[in-house]
Amino acid sequence: MHATVAGKEILKGINLTIRDGEIHAIMGTNGAGKSTLSNVIVGNPQYEVTEGSITFNGQDLLAMKTEERAHAGIFMSFQTPIEIPGVSMTNFMRAAVNARRQAQGKEPLKSTDFLKIMREKRKLVEIDQKLMNRSVNEGFSGGEKKRNEIFQMAMLEPTFCILDETDSGLDVDALRIVAEGFNKLRTDETSAMVITHYQRLLDYIKPDVVHVLIDGKIVKTGGPDLALKIENEGFDWIKAELK
Amino acid sequence: MKSERQYIELYNEASSLIKQKSCPVMNSVRDAAFAVFEEKGFPSRKVERYKYTDVDAAFAPNYGISLGALELKPSKYIFSFKDSPIDLTPYYNKVADGSDALTALNTALAHEGLLIYVPKNERPSDPIKIDHFLRGTSATMMNRRVLIILEQGAEAIVIMNDRRISPAITEVEENGQQSHPDDTSSLTGREGVGRFLTTQVIEVVTKDNSHLDLYEIEETTPLCSRFSNVYIREGRDCSVKHNSITLYNGQTRNLCDVYLEGENSEVTLNGCAIGSGSQRIDNNTLIDHKAPNCQSNELYKYVVDDSSVGAFAGKILVEKGAQKTASQETNANLCASSQARMFTQPMLEIYADDVKCNHGSTVGVMDESALFYMRQRGIPEDDARTLLKNAFMGQVIDQISLEALRQLLYVKVEKRFRGELDKCEDCQLCK
Repeated sequence: MHATVAGKEILKGINLTIRDGEIHAIMGTNGAGKSTLSNVIVGNPQYEVTEGSITFNGQDLLAMKTEERAHAGIFMSFQTPIEIPGVSMTNFMRAAVNARRQAQGKEPLKSTDFLKIMREKRKLVEIDQKLMNRSVNEGFSGGEKKRNEIFQMAMLEPTFCILDETDSGLDVDALRIVAEGFNKLRTDETSAMVITHYQRLLDYIKPDVVHVLIDGKIVKTGGPDLALKIENEGFDWIKAELK
Repeated sequence: MKSERQYIELYNEASSLIKQKSCPVMNSVRDAAFAVFEEKGFPSRKVERYKYTDVDAAFAPNYGISLGALELKPSKYIFSFKDSPIDLTPYYNKVADGSDALTALNTALAHEGLLIYVPKNERPSDPIKIDHFLRGTSATMMNRRVLIILEQGAEAIVIMNDRRISPAITEVEENGQQSHPDDTSSLTGREGVGRFLTTQVIEVVTKDNSHLDLYEIEETTPLCSRFSNVYIREGRDCSVKHNSITLYNGQTRNLCDVYLEGENSEVTLNGCAIGSGSQRIDNNTLIDHKAPNCQSNELYKYVVDDSSVGAFAGKILVEKGAQKTASQETNANLCASSQARMFTQPMLEIYADDVKCNHGSTVGVMDESALFYMRQRGIPEDDARTLLKNAFMGQVIDQISLEALRQLLYVKVEKRFRGELDKCEDCQLCK
């Protein structure tokens, strides 16, 4: 698959298969195309796929709208969660949960049921109730924003999750809470693509496969020890291999 | 493009009938007001305060003038001018700027007036609610005239609502088919059905230590044109809050002039304007700080979608003696489509040297990253847009102090953004 942003080719031929229940880590240098890959999968309109295809559970993702992909079970934890002034977390979540239910042909949740689910899921990621009455991500600390992403994941129960540098800007405790939250939410079918620069997150979320993305291509694939080696030695040895 | 010709002819033909239906206080200034209009004609777009609205074009169609009687439920505080408990001569057309051509036209043509009068130290327990229903079987012009007088120490909440009419009560066409007031195609069947032109002049006097909360809510149809001039003169220790809410309309041009004439007074101008289709909304305000130690706060927000056009021009004038003035003016706008247009012109003119004044305006577009974020969570694009527009306008509705009305407006604004408000209430044809 090839993709461009603002006319510039970023992904230059990606071949990647993620099976049910698998966790794939994507590591790579800055500007290698890691975020582009995630944005293309979820359908950010700013990115354009120029060649190739993306298939999810037999469905042609590229023919689906962003929201339809979400309804199909794809979720992305944003690298930089977006602030939406004036839209409360509660209303935002209600709209999202009910839109998904509608797509599945279910009735919207009753208000009491919805609030009950909110309460349960909040506990899972240890996120404060008072944040729920605030506008989406507005005035949230860096850690609260990332926790809020995992909270939304809990509410929406996706089957494929993309964690786009979820560890960036998190202290050790916050990282643990976020990662443990994710692990609690996982089922045997949940698959994930974890984008990170560091081994630290992978201590908590154990990958089955590790890929190295450099200059828009996956140049190396291995097991968990590949991440450890990168943590210790960086990417230079891989670049040297390529030459 | 000389639309005033037909109004001059109309006056020459109908003035004796108008005078006959009217009352002495209105008739005493009528001919003089007509002379002003005759001399000035409709203001062209070269006139600064009218540069965003083509008045001549709006008045060009052939409207029949409505000379129907006011329908008033008897109330302690609401009167027709004829039944006024006080002499209106010191107020009528004296609060207003008589040199404005549209005020002059209204003064010449209005045959009845509505008075809201709250005597000294009285506070009506309930809001005073006035509904204006537009009714007519052909293109109709209405000239509405309102005087609001609060005596010393009085307090009042006044809600004026320009309402759409359900076709069920308006007309059944000759061929027996009901037509919709928004449906322009019905105009071929019968010219001008559902087409209304309203001129309005509201004069407000608040005497010392009186407090007024005034709401004007427009929910009409795309076939309606509205030209409203509101003039407010405050004594000392007063507070006035004017809330101008344009939910649904055709062409609207609102002028609001406030004169802070006594010390320690306050005025708040709060505006919400929502345009879609080819609607036009033009608000033009002036806050004239004549006395020291007064405060003014102004917040107008617009959401313009499709190919609608919004305009805001607001001037804060601080006169020489008006020291310690504190003034804040904000106009924030959201252009929800690439065809929608917004003109904004905040103005400050200060002749005193010890004042605190801020003014600013913004014009923005939909936040694409927020839209993407919401869609990634599964919220369909249209719903995401509605949420963003609603959030943007929420700030103005938050300012509304009357709890029940605020809640109602949250619902109405959301309905408006969902496109549900262009269906009329109780309408058989919209369902």
